[in-house]
Amino acid sequence: MATVFTTKGDLDESLLEKREGFIDNDHEYTTWVEYWHEGELVHRSAHVMLKKAAVWLNPEVAAIG
Amino acid sequence: MSEILTATHNFGTAPTRGTSAADTFKAALYLTSATVNAATTAYSATNEVSGTNYTAGGVTVTNATAPTPANSSPTAGVAYWTPSASITYTNVTLSSAFDAVLIYNSSQSNKAVSVHTFGSQTITAGTFTLTMPSNTTTTALLRLSTT
Repeated sequence: MATVFTTKGDLDESLLEKREGFIDNDHEYTTWVEYWHEGELVHRSAHVMLKKAAVWLNPEVAAIG
Repeated sequence: MSEILTATHNFGTAPTRGTSAADTFKAALYLTSATVNAATTAYSATNEVSGTNYTAGGVTVTNATAPTPANSSPTAGVAYWTPSASITYTNVTLSSAFDAVLIYNSSQSNKAVSVHTFGSQTITAGTFTLTMPSNTTTTALLRLSTT
């Protein structure tokens, strides 16, 4: 059985209600997952995939290579 | 143009570098109430997220790939760079909504490099991951173009 790290410690996934969702627009593709236990949110993770660059702020300070 | 991204050219007053090594970049998360935008000049802890397992200042950005130059014509080109791994905050609880990440140069007085925004998020005993776009001329996270 898979376990999920939660605010109540590691809980068996079968004891939890799983909710999932996503955001898809020009800026990002985001997925999130929530686990609820007895009506309480005990775990929420999110994964954001950035789709495009934002403004440079201080390019002169960047020695990236 | 990638030489601009590696600080080869100095068009103005710039820091004196004692080493040719790449700088260290970090990524800090900001609350929805924060104002981080093109006017942001440096990292600040004001309105930065806080919570379990989140360290003020954020996490180090993995920088294993040097900037890439690409000329599309004799007069047009682009240099680009993307962190070589996802930016991950592991097993954190961030109860107040946040919607921005500031990438800044911790080797150069924490000066700001770029701001990226996304839909408002909270994290509960979980992981927040920022997955990078493909490192190409059109999708890289940071791009410097002549056109």
